[in-house]
Amino acid sequence: MAAKKTAPKKSAPSTPSASSASKRSDRDALTLGKIEKLARQALAQATKGGNPALDIRTRTLSNVSFNEKKRIIELGDRTQSREFFNVAMARKFMQTMLVASGCKTLIGEDKTVSIRQMFYMTKHTLPGSSENTFDDQSESDPIIEDLEVGIDALREELHLFANRRGLVVGKLVVNDAGDEIDLARMGRGGWGIPSICEPGHLAFVRNAAEFILLVEKQAVWHRLNEDRFWEKHNCILLTSEGQAARGARRLLQRMATELKLPIYVLVDNDPWGLYIYSVLKQGSINLAYESMRMAVPNVRFLGMSAFDYKKFAMPPAAEIKLTKEDITRAEQMKAYPWFKDAKWQREIQATIDNGFKMEVDALLTKRISFITDEYIPKKLRDRDYLQ
Amino acid sequence: MPKSKKDAPSLEQPEQPEPEPAQPKRRATAESMATRQREISVSEFFTKNRHLLGFDNPAKALLTTIKEAVDNSLDACEEAGILPDILVEIHETGAAAKAGDGTTGAGAGGTSGAPAGSSRFRVVVEDNGPGIVKAQIPKIFAKLLYGSKFHRLKQSRGQQGIGISAAGLYGQLTTGKPVVITSKTAKGRPAFRIHLRIDTKRNQPDVFSEETVDWAKDHGTRVEIELVAAYRGGRTGVQEYLEQTVVANPHMALAYVSPKGERLEFPRVTSDLPREAQEIKPHPHGVELGMLHTMLSDSGGESVKDALVESFSRVSPAVAAQICKMARVSPKTAADRIQGEDLERLHKALGEVKVMAPPATAVVPIGEELLIAGLKRRYSNAEFYASTTRPPSVYRGNPFVVEVGLAFGGDLPLDEAADIMRFANRVPLQYQPKACAISESVYQTNWRGYDLQQPKGGLPVAPMAVAVHLASVWVPFTSEAKEAVAHYDELLREMKLAVQECGRKLAAHVRARAHAQREEKRRSLFERYIPEVAAAISAILDLPKDKIEKPFFAALPNFVRFADEPGTPPDGAPPAAAAPNDAPTPPPPPAAARGGKGGKGKASPRGEQLELI
Ligand SMILES: Nc1ncnc2c1ncn2[C@@H]1O[C@H](COP(=O)(O)OP(=O)(O)OP(=O)(O)O)[C@@H](O)[C@H]1O
Ligand SMILES: [Mg+2]
Repeated sequence: MAAKKTAPKKSAPSTPSASSASKRSDRDALTLGKIEKLARQALAQATKGGNPALDIRTRTLSNVSFNEKKRIIELGDRTQSREFFNVAMARKFMQTMLVASGCKTLIGEDKTVSIRQMFYMTKHTLPGSSENTFDDQSESDPIIEDLEVGIDALREELHLFANRRGLVVGKLVVNDAGDEIDLARMGRGGWGIPSICEPGHLAFVRNAAEFILLVEKQAVWHRLNEDRFWEKHNCILLTSEGQAARGARRLLQRMATELKLPIYVLVDNDPWGLYIYSVLKQGSINLAYESMRMAVPNVRFLGMSAFDYKKFAMPPAAEIKLTKEDITRAEQMKAYPWFKDAKWQREIQATIDNGFKMEVDALLTKRISFITDEYIPKKLRDRDYLQ
Repeated sequence: MPKSKKDAPSLEQPEQPEPEPAQPKRRATAESMATRQREISVSEFFTKNRHLLGFDNPAKALLTTIKEAVDNSLDACEEAGILPDILVEIHETGAAAKAGDGTTGAGAGGTSGAPAGSSRFRVVVEDNGPGIVKAQIPKIFAKLLYGSKFHRLKQSRGQQGIGISAAGLYGQLTTGKPVVITSKTAKGRPAFRIHLRIDTKRNQPDVFSEETVDWAKDHGTRVEIELVAAYRGGRTGVQEYLEQTVVANPHMALAYVSPKGERLEFPRVTSDLPREAQEIKPHPHGVELGMLHTMLSDSGGESVKDALVESFSRVSPAVAAQICKMARVSPKTAADRIQGEDLERLHKALGEVKVMAPPATAVVPIGEELLIAGLKRRYSNAEFYASTTRPPSVYRGNPFVVEVGLAFGGDLPLDEAADIMRFANRVPLQYQPKACAISESVYQTNWRGYDLQQPKGGLPVAPMAVAVHLASVWVPFTSEAKEAVAHYDELLREMKLAVQECGRKLAAHVRARAHAQREEKRRSLFERYIPEVAAAISAILDLPKDKIEKPFFAALPNFVRFADEPGTPPDGAPPAAAAPNDAPTPPPPPAAARGGKGGKGKASPRGEQLELI
């Protein structure tokens, strides 16, 4: 095992209670200042007879780049000026201001709402028309992201959160908003990862784990938990339940840096599974501005690998034929700068050459607990992973 | 012909196998024909040719009768320099079935069996014109082919001298009733009322009765004709004719009483009489061979050269000499002795010789301003009017002018083909649109180029009425019915140019309107969002909402072109006052200088504004 044993931490400042509350209000003051600056600028521009505008960094593929040194996806400097007196942008400008005002209210009242609730907070019909400020949440979500990059504030700092997703169980004790939680005593359900995992809200109290295993699928996590894999192997067992939400990614990064544990990822053997790994590792295009806080560049790809089919003598029943889409997606991934390494090219090409994909669940073609007592232990033992 | 065919039915096909060599049997001999040769009575002629004269059906008969009388009134007033005041009344006097009350016409063919839906009407047309000398009245109203306009080249509505007497004859043939004419030539003179009939055998007037009456009018003529007819609405109806006449004659005041007793009044909109058209001599380029022969024969022993100078416009002695040379005719030859090949060569030379165009003073257009004034009488609520009067041009030696006016938008019907009005010397043409060069010029114009819809090869579909007027000393109609203008290249070209010129004026308006609509949309969008943005900013900065709304509304005119401010900067152009975002300078006053309008809810007075003539 690569992991060095980390001494259980009992440090006082890691408790998110009274002291962190003052830290939080400092951050709130800072965020408020940013929101006010935005409003004041718009007003000043209008007062001069000019066009009130917000500069927002463009969140498109053409404005992200892969930083070879840090090994993360970064947002470029290209910005778009969102002007009020411009028919194409006026509505979005208005919406951005509404969300900013909503966030100011949340900070003032020290409350936190979901992005869906923010949609309802700011949705109303414009007087004298049938037009709504927002038609549905798919319209307000990007506006929130715009505000985040526009004033350089984190979602948490705006007192917003997305729906939580992801479960943990394992040899770790955390403090969540003042409650100490032993993740080794979570029964079958596990601990739900909160959407805000910032230091002011969450702290690691004691760690006895030697590594972290993240699985893509809840069912696989359930299998491993029932088999008490984490107990036997002294680890933290995590599922992202599909594409990792911000909370899970932030938690993973903090675990990686604060607990200094190696992280292994187990996803399906198909381009989509690999992309989940890729986002954990170096960030996504849409949230490229958050990569710094969320990417874990040294996360390890444990499986499933295209080569596992032979290695574990999988039966043909484990195969699912690749679709045209799968192949196109695989080719796209081969072209990503962060998969340029020969080992990755070989791995992706092997899937294409196999002509089939495999789900982690397919390991049950062997035995119910094959994954727990044979597949993962062997891969860990053989240091059979990519990074 | 059909008759003789019946007499000898089988002999027309010599190819048919015959037992003995056929010696074609003569169908008629000079003697047998002589028994059938006799004078044709005008009523017979009329009955056979009434389609040529506009009396082919009862509805058209009513229109033609009114039209002939009104055209005459207008011609007479203009010639006398009087602003026309015209009254038209149509009274329904009874069912048509009682028409055939033993009069000569009843059996004369066709007209007696009045078609269903027709009825008996009395038409009254009264003017304030110069009146008619008593002695002339019978001939004018009860003799076919009698008039003052046939023997001259001068722009007028009437040309042939058939019009009004044909209407009178039709009335007489269908109802047996005489034509009643009242006329007075000056203040203080008596007014005469004359009842007239046409002696159809001799084409001679037959004065039925005559009396002196009191007439409040200083001068004028009143024509009353009773006839079997049908009153119809629509494009070929009487009311359409009158309304179109109102468009082309803005100097005319008209009162109209319909058969239902409704009274329509169109006061005149200008006191300017059309300039008097000058009578001109024929131009050498347009003369026809027969006409040339008549002109030379009538010259009373002059030399050809002198006769040419005398009879034609723009022919100087030098030009006449050249014509003779081209025709290889001695200039000294007596004109009335020119004939045969000489005549033909002379005719050819006249057509080819280089001469000045005929004087344009012979043509009197309505004029751009008055055409619009005329359109406004009929389409008073349109949103835009435009007109174009082309410079004079020439076809076949005849000077002419084309002008086009149009009314657009307002309460004109959307999504319908545009209304096309055709005029020849200010007279509406209501029949045969498909055969008319004027319609052709509208069809051939690409209205899509002016941002209107136009189905392929069709009329533009738009809330629009188009008036095309051809003014000329001689209007080339496709037939004697004077219903459609013939397709002369020169005419069609000028018509198209006029339509296009007017269309371009319209396009400028349509585009400006579309732009104004876009701007209006932009403005209302910003006006809708400003209160939202202001509310948000006021919540963030803890400032009163109106303090924030105000500068936003003040800045708005810098980005929207208001309909009533044509000088403001165009779409999205940053105003000069715009400065870097964070410059904490105090606000300069541009917004206030613009009148600081709080644009919200402000109605722009666009209705009046957009009438760009
Ligand atoms: N209302 C009137 N007032 C004065 N003169 C009239 C009036 N009506 C007719 N006339 C005279 O009577 C003449 C004959 O009229 P008529 O309508 O028969 O022929 P026209 O107008 O010359 O040609 P067209 O056959 O083309 O109408 C006219 O040329 C004109 O001189
Ligand atoms: Mg006439």
